[in-house]
Parts: sequence; structure tokens; C-alpha cells
Amino acid sequence: MGAVSLTNIVKNFGSFTAVQRMSLDIPEGAFVSLLGPSGCGKTTTLRMIAGLLDPSEGDITIAGRRVNDVPIHKRNLGLVFQNYALFPHKTIAENVAFGLKFRGVSRDDRERRVREALELVQLPDVGSRYPGQLSGGQQQRIALARAIVIEPDVLLLDEPLSALDANLREDMRVELKRIQQRVGITTVFVTHDQSEALALSDHIVVMSKGRVEQTGAPEDVYTTPATEFVARFLGASNIVEARCLAVDGDGVTVEGPGVGRLTLPRERAPQVAGPGPVKLAVRAEKLKLEPAGTAGTAPDDADDLILDGLVETVDYQGLAARYFLRVGDVQLQAINMIDSHPFAEGERVSLRLRPRDCTLLAGSTQ
Amino acid sequence: MSLEEREARQPVLLLTPAITAVALLLVVPLGFILVYSFWLRTATGADQAGFFLDNWREALFDPFYRDILLNTLKIAAVTTIVCALTGYPAAYFIARSRGNKALLLLLLMLPFWISYIIRTMSWINILGASGAVNSGLMALGLISEPLPMLYNEATVVLGLVHFLLPFMVLNVFVSLDGIDATLEDAACSLGATRWRSFLEVTLPLSLPGLAAGGLLCFVLAAGTYITPIVLGGPSDAMFANLVFEAIITQLDWPMGSALSLMLLAVLGALVLLYNHFLGMAQLMKGLS
Ligand SMILES: Nc1ncnc2c1ncn2[C@@H]1O[C@H](COP(=O)(O)OP(=O)(O)OP(=O)(O)O)[C@@H](O)[C@H]1O
Ligand SMILES: [Mg+2]
Repeated sequence: MGAVSLTNIVKNFGSFTAVQRMSLDIPEGAFVSLLGPSGCGKTTTLRMIAGLLDPSEGDITIAGRRVNDVPIHKRNLGLVFQNYALFPHKTIAENVAFGLKFRGVSRDDRERRVREALELVQLPDVGSRYPGQLSGGQQQRIALARAIVIEPDVLLLDEPLSALDANLREDMRVELKRIQQRVGITTVFVTHDQSEALALSDHIVVMSKGRVEQTGAPEDVYTTPATEFVARFLGASNIVEARCLAVDGDGVTVEGPGVGRLTLPRERAPQVAGPGPVKLAVRAEKLKLEPAGTAGTAPDDADDLILDGLVETVDYQGLAARYFLRVGDVQLQAINMIDSHPFAEGERVSLRLRPRDCTLLAGSTQ
Repeated sequence: MSLEEREARQPVLLLTPAITAVALLLVVPLGFILVYSFWLRTATGADQAGFFLDNWREALFDPFYRDILLNTLKIAAVTTIVCALTGYPAAYFIARSRGNKALLLLLLMLPFWISYIIRTMSWINILGASGAVNSGLMALGLISEPLPMLYNEATVVLGLVHFLLPFMVLNVFVSLDGIDATLEDAACSLGATRWRSFLEVTLPLSLPGLAAGGLLCFVLAAGTYITPIVLGGPSDAMFANLVFEAIITQLDWPMGSALSLMLLAVLGALVLLYNHFLGMAQLMKGLS
């Protein structure tokens, strides 16, 4: 087991920079996700940790050892690919035993460890089959078994679930977390799926265009996005161009189109130092819809902001509905659980918004 | 007619032109040759129709023919091995190169735009008494007399390799190109060196292509008669030269027919053998 740390990593492909000065510390035993849209450099980063790519600049250390010049086959890592990458001409048992052959494990030990690994992924009886005879989900479990049977220092997973269909993906997600916790191995997980990252990780590293946008626990990244990119990428967010009017001891007062004037607690606006343009970010599920006129009657929510809105579009999702609402000059989206039946298009509603659910981001500089 | 019936008929319809062509251009002439091989050429030069086994007896039991057949198979085998050893790395390089694959494949096809005979004869300008190598060595003063480099078995093999290498490279390339490059990455991550991961993963998975290229090279090499004429010495005749000699020079069609059928039978047996092993390879492919 070992911690991984990247220091000022840069990766250039010709004149194109895929990873720009990335620094990252992954504590021992942690489950860290690299999350970001396609092409942001997640795979490139993972392949540099694995030793499949050499960084153009910077240092990589694994378990305290600088590994820049250590070839991949000596790094002792477990690698799982999106397309499973099982050897089609070898049986499942031979696939899983492959890494043990290079570690001087005796034949008996090898058989025992293969059996244990197959039991760990709950496929004890497939050893004599070939990869082509297993389903996608089973193949991915075997790929995982093959990677962890060698007791690697770090487990690296590149979108291991994205080739599976939706239901299976959720099952495998739970399974993956269970196995990772059982083995207690440091894990770097690459994904572009925010729900995977939120569900699995101890830390999330949100990346965009080769840069780290934000690092933090899932809840922090989700509730307190550091940038507009993070706010938009994780879940549905409303971003309103607003103006900061005043910053004082216990609050930040802003005014923006549609939302009017509101005061946020100071800690919801860490990037704002004084008056000027800002961005107000509100998660879609934090906007609560109520039938017009009924809002503002309960006494315990005196701070809440009540806005009038018109339902323009309803996107019915069964458990919840997503509404696009016209509020003054802006359109906002809200995702609300459906109580009895959803609001109808064209209906007037009241929107309830808690200032402490909003986040203020630095305004655009141009 | 239901869709299912139409689909069932489709292969037949689509194959009809090809089957007709094969029947008319291959099976019928082959039938003629088979019949011819039992005729006999008389002393007057006319062919006598009938059922004589004389040609076959001679073709099968005369040590002259047997030795040349064995030599032909040996030359074909050496050619195939040289093609495999030199072609595989080239195919691997093309399959693993990024971006310029198409250009490299085009370069590979380039020789086909020049006549095979001209390509073969070009070796005379390189290795001949007044060819590039000899004049170069003489100009440098390393030798005073031209070295005799042409007209031996080695130059026949050289000419054949020159001719057949692209077939080998293409076949191996197709098979390598179909192998997921992450398989080797996976093998390396598990502790295999690049070389071990090649031996354990890539090589076995590319064997079908190597076998296909090998078969093609062997059959084409064993059936050649131009290369030995252009680049071989008097004792380097290959089996197809005997057929050529019998039919074109001596106008002995019955004997030529028997000889060509014999070569066909030997190479046919080889294809069957290959088919047996390819069956296994296909099985492995089907598993992936
Ligand atoms: N070998 C390479 N040569 C040139 N450019 C490359 C190479 N590998 C990756 N890139 C570029 O680097 C960028 C980052 O690629 P990377 O594969 O890391 O993206 P990713 O975040 O994994 O995306 P995805 O979610 O689509 O897998 C992309 O723009 C890609 O085109
Ligand atoms: Mg990727």
C-alpha cells in the first residue's frame, strides 16, 4: 500500500499540453476520483502514474519512492481498463494468475490466491472459462481480480464501469466500493460520471482542460463549488450574474436579476473580498417550488427568499421533475421531488430559496 | 416471399457470379488438364488420347522430379521463414505507429505498381558483374575482379523474398492491428517486461495472421518459375520450371499436365493442413 503524490506534473503532446502543472497528494488507502469531461486529461494523468506515459515535467512518487524512471512492470500497480483488457487466449484462471507468475509465487500459492481473488469478486466458478464466455460485468470483475491479486501498492481504474449498462453499473459501483474497502488499497479512479465519483470517493479531483479545478471531499465539492465549471459539471446549477453590494462581518449582500437582493453567510462566499461583479450559484434541487401564494407562512424560515415564477417547461422524471422557470428576467431550473403530482406548464409558483444554500463565485474578470 | 426466405436466398444470389467464374475459369480447365495427364505424347509429336499411366509413373517415381520437388519446397520454406522474420517487425511497427499508418501501408503497396519481372531483373543491376555492388567495391579498390553473386539459390530466395514480403507484412499487419494495444499495457502493469508481454500476449494473438501470410508466401514461392529463370543458375530450376519446360518448350502437354497436378496436390495438402490449424485459431478468435 502506498500514498501517491504528483508534483507539478506537465504532459505535452507536441505543442498540445494535455496536463498543466498538476499537483496532487493521495493519502494511503484513500479512494480518489479524477472527474472531468472528455479530453480533460484524466487518462493521461492515470497513465503517467501507471508508467505508460512519461511526464514532460514534474515528479511522481509512490509510497515515498520517486518513480519517474521506474518502468511500468516494476511499479507494482493494479490497472483496470474500460474495455477490461483480458487476454482472450487465456482462461480466466490464467488471466488472474498472470501477474503472480512474475512475482515468483509458487504454483500452490498461485492457485490459492487466484481462488481467493475469484471469490472476492464473487465469481468462484469461472476459472476454466475464456473471457469471451463471460458477460461484460463479469469480465470487469475478473479484470479487477487480476489487478488486485498481485497486491499492488496502488489500484488505478480508468472508467471501469462505463462500458456496462446502467443497472449493472450501479451494482458494480457498490461491489467496487466493497472490494476496495475490504482490501484497503489506495485507489485512483477515473470517471466522467459525477454520480460515480460522488458515491465512491473519499476525495474528488475535478479537472478541466488539463487543470485541477477543485479538490475536496464529495460533499464539499458538491455543496461548495470553487468555480463556475465545477458548479455546472456536478449536477444542475443555476448561475446568475450578480453584483456584490457589501461585505461585512456576518454577511455578503448581493443583488442580481430575478433573485433580487439577498444576504449570504460569509463562509458561502470565500472568493469575494468586496463589492463588484460576482456569480451566484444555486443548485437546481435547492430551489423549492410551492403553489403560488402559500409561501412565507411558516415562521421558522424568515431568512428564506421567496420569488414568483412561471413554469415554462416540465421534464418529468418519475421520482422527481425538473422545471424550467421564468423568474423576472432570467430562467432558472429547479429539480423537486414530486409529492402528489407535478406542477403544470404555465402554472404560477412560488420559489423558496435559502441564502445559505447559495454559493458566491468570483465574477468574470472581462 | 418473407424476409427470412429472401435472406436465405441472398448468399446464393450474391455468390452466383463468383461461382460461375470459378467454374468456367478454374474447374473446367482443371478437368481438361486432368484428362490430358492421362494422354500420351507419341514419337510423331501428336497426342494420343486414352488412359495411360506413363506420365504419372514418371512424375511420381523418377528421382529427377522428386529432387526438384523437394528443392522447390525447401526454397519456399526458406523464403517463408525469411519473410516471417523480416516482415513481422515491419508489420508490428506499422500497426503500432500513430497517424501515418495509411502512408506506411501505401509505401508497402508501392512495389505492386511495378511489374514483378522488372523488380526481379533489378537485382541484376545491383548484384551483377557490372552491378552497383561490384562497381562500388571495385571503385573502392577492395576487389579487383567482380564477385560472382548472382545465379545461385541465395539470389533466388532473395528475389522471392523481395516479391513476397509485402504479402507477409500485410497479413501480419491485419492481425496485429486487430489486437487491442491495452492488452500489452495490462501485461506490463502485471509485471511483464515489454518483451515478455509481446511473447505472452501479442505473438500468440497474431499467429493467425502469421500463418495466413506464411501460407501465401509458401504457395506463391513454390509455384514460381520466373524468379529462378531470372536469378537462378542452371541447377536452380524449381518445379514450375519443369512444367513450363514440358509444355512450352517440349510441347509435351500430357507430361506437363501430370507435373502441374502433382504440384497442385502437394500445395493443396498444405492448404488443408493449414486449414486444420486455422480452424483452431479461428476458435480462439471466436472466444475473444
Ligand atoms: N498520445 C497522444 N498524442 C496526442 N494527443 C493526445 C494523446 N493522448 C491524449 N491526447 C490528447 O490529450 C487530451 C487528454 O486526453 P485524455 O485521454 O487524458 O482525456 P480523458 O480526460 O481521459 O478523456 P476521456 O473521458 O474522453 O477518456 C485530449 O485532448 C487528447 O486528444
Ligand atoms: Mg480517458
